[in-house]
Amino acid sequence: MSADIVSGTPGPFIRMKGISKAFGAFRALDDVNIDIRPGEVLALLGENGAGKSTLMKILSGIHIPTGGEIDIDGVKQTIDSVKTAQQLGIILIHQELNLLDNLDVAGNIFLGREPTGRFKLVDKQKMYADAAELLKLFGLKISPQTSVSKLSIAEQQLIEIIKALSQNARVIIMDEPTSSLTLKETELLFGIISGLKAKGISVVYISHRLNEVTQIADRAIVLKDGKNSGELAREDINHDNLVKLMIGRDIFKAEQEGWAYKPEYSFEAIDISTYRYPGNKINLRLVGGEILGISGLVGAGRTELVNTFFGIHKPAGGYLRLNGADKRINTPDDAIASGIFLVPEDRRSQGIIVSMDIVQNTTLPNLGPNSSGGIISNKKENEATAKVAKELNVRAPGLTTLLKNLSGGNQQKVAIGKWLSRSPSLLIFDEPTRGVDIGAKAEIYAIMRNLAKQGVMILVVSSDMEEIINISHRILVMHEGKISGELMPADFTEENIMRHAVGL
Amino acid sequence: MKKERGIFIIFVVLCVLVSIGNPNFLGAANLKNTTRLIGIFGIFSIGSGIVIIGRGIDLAVGSVFSLVGVILSMLLVTHHVAWPLAILAVIALSLLIGWFQGTLIAKYKIQAFIVTLCGLLFYRGIARFISNDVTMGFGDGEGFAGVQYLAAGNLLGVPVPFLLMILIAVIAGIFLHRSVYGRYIFAIGRNEEAAFFSGINTNRMVLLTYVISGLLTGISGILLAFYTNAIAPSSHGNFYELYGIAAAVLGGCSLKGGEGSIAGIIIGAAMLQVIQNLVNLLGIPSSLNFAVMGIVILIGVLADKFFMGRQTTTK
Repeated sequence: MSADIVSGTPGPFIRMKGISKAFGAFRALDDVNIDIRPGEVLALLGENGAGKSTLMKILSGIHIPTGGEIDIDGVKQTIDSVKTAQQLGIILIHQELNLLDNLDVAGNIFLGREPTGRFKLVDKQKMYADAAELLKLFGLKISPQTSVSKLSIAEQQLIEIIKALSQNARVIIMDEPTSSLTLKETELLFGIISGLKAKGISVVYISHRLNEVTQIADRAIVLKDGKNSGELAREDINHDNLVKLMIGRDIFKAEQEGWAYKPEYSFEAIDISTYRYPGNKINLRLVGGEILGISGLVGAGRTELVNTFFGIHKPAGGYLRLNGADKRINTPDDAIASGIFLVPEDRRSQGIIVSMDIVQNTTLPNLGPNSSGGIISNKKENEATAKVAKELNVRAPGLTTLLKNLSGGNQQKVAIGKWLSRSPSLLIFDEPTRGVDIGAKAEIYAIMRNLAKQGVMILVVSSDMEEIINISHRILVMHEGKISGELMPADFTEENIMRHAVGL
Repeated sequence: MKKERGIFIIFVVLCVLVSIGNPNFLGAANLKNTTRLIGIFGIFSIGSGIVIIGRGIDLAVGSVFSLVGVILSMLLVTHHVAWPLAILAVIALSLLIGWFQGTLIAKYKIQAFIVTLCGLLFYRGIARFISNDVTMGFGDGEGFAGVQYLAAGNLLGVPVPFLLMILIAVIAGIFLHRSVYGRYIFAIGRNEEAAFFSGINTNRMVLLTYVISGLLTGISGILLAFYTNAIAPSSHGNFYELYGIAAAVLGGCSLKGGEGSIAGIIIGAAMLQVIQNLVNLLGIPSSLNFAVMGIVILIGVLADKFFMGRQTTTK
């Protein structure tokens, strides 16, 4: 490694100037300029399709640019292959790792560069010794003879980094490196990145996770629609600034103002575990006016979680806190008394009674206020139902229409309406628009937004990606009984959700 | 009341036909006896019906009659216990039986059919055992004539059990059709899961239906014991649970739960007694008693389904 790089001079050593790239008629990059300084962590950000990956693939020799030039140490270079890039010290670690399963750790690190002895035979002894040294350098307690297929994703990623370093990398490009890492592994990676910086090696960090960027980046360059959108120095890197540059408008702020949170209302799950995943503790929190989405695959434990909040099942562990006060919720009755209501997943068998009419369904959990001395007042319950039915625009011939004669959307409105006369604190919707037509869907979203505006906490479980992205202020993704990711609006993409959902 | 109209018309037609066949049907003695039996059978049928509306079943009723009768006789005749205490003890026993069966069904989720079938066998066996399988009675009623009046007496010419039934039916009607708990029982009968998701303590409500059935069975059991005045432990009350179930079904209850009314159950119970009476009055061999009853119940349910348009088969 040459001395001038280690010296930490702020001047860039890589400049990409006026880079353009077209795939057929599609212009992926249009006159993009970036520079990479020695020993810095440069975050490269943008929405999906903004051109981040394309730009880095050009730098690492995978794509050839249609226009522009790349200077390295002030010298114009033509990077026309991965090998050329590697010789220049530019290494890209792909999002999908490129290790060979059938080789051991050492074989992967030195793939294509195996040390050779006499007769061009691989000097295995030297290869394993060198590999062991590198592994030790990173504090990895892995034998160089270990087969890669036995390593965790995080360990494989570290092997990729080691491999890059063993090639005398000057800049390591990491494309979404933490998408498959646990929190602990992410911290380990961040430690290694600090170590790289200290050695004067630059890291280009591509990520959707803005909180990671704010944590480790020295500088951020944002791309939008294949063009430069802006650049932020370390002190200016924050969530709002990043989102503004990525989306190009202040959508997050504007909506946040419209959301009007009421932090005096809050719901917290503290170390809650469900009967299905008794070993997994779940913590979450939401505040008044917030719509929190829970996404994940079928069987991830979402319904079990929200059913536990509503007292359908007793929690296997942990407790709930509502507006700062601890709550023991063991039955739906407990939940209802606390103002926690659920519009359940299976409408026809849990949400409504199809052979009862609109009035009887709507007032079933509310007979207390609609009766005196235990005797139901038909007048009161008819009035209460008429009010809710009007508010929710339930379309039916009359209030004595049986639920089985209503459309799915109107049935769902009744299932929601059951709770509205009781001023909910937390309203949980499990698959709120399953089997509901588009018109009613929009109405149900409007109901949910309207409730949130009134300060109600809304928790939405949905397998419908579009729905969860559309309605949520924040999304938690569950995988095998755990919360595997949390997404803010700027990161709401189906890919992001899916990645967390499959536990990558 | 629309639902009960059909069964009521059938009931009236049946009464007219019987009185045409034998004018004695409308005679004072026959009417008194029939209404007395309607009272006794009507009271426990209300209990059976409430259980059925909550999507359950109570098969133990007949055996409880035997046990209640035997114990009542033993307390009053053998041990000379004061009748109010004896009555209280027997009522407490029938409540306990209802609570026990209801707990097994509601809390431990054992099928009602199984629990009450075991009850049917168990209580009968206990009744026969403690009585040494000897027929028991109340002799001349010395010391408890007052309570016998409840079963055998008349008030203003109307048999007391019939008046008791009317009183209980009014209370049960308000409970089932006007009160919050009645609504819960209907909701549970139609969709227990949705009722649970609406915050109803479904276990407690199901338990309550069996306790009510136990209580009303106990009351009927006391009346029946005094009415027959001879309790043969092995046969007393045999098949009576089926009278309760048949009355409920005739009266519009669905065995799938969530359907029925107190008025319907009363009409159903009355109809069964008129059919019994019809067998006697029209000179039909009494061995055909059950066959006639089976046919009439079937015709009643079919007529109800096809002519009145009630959906007895839907959920």
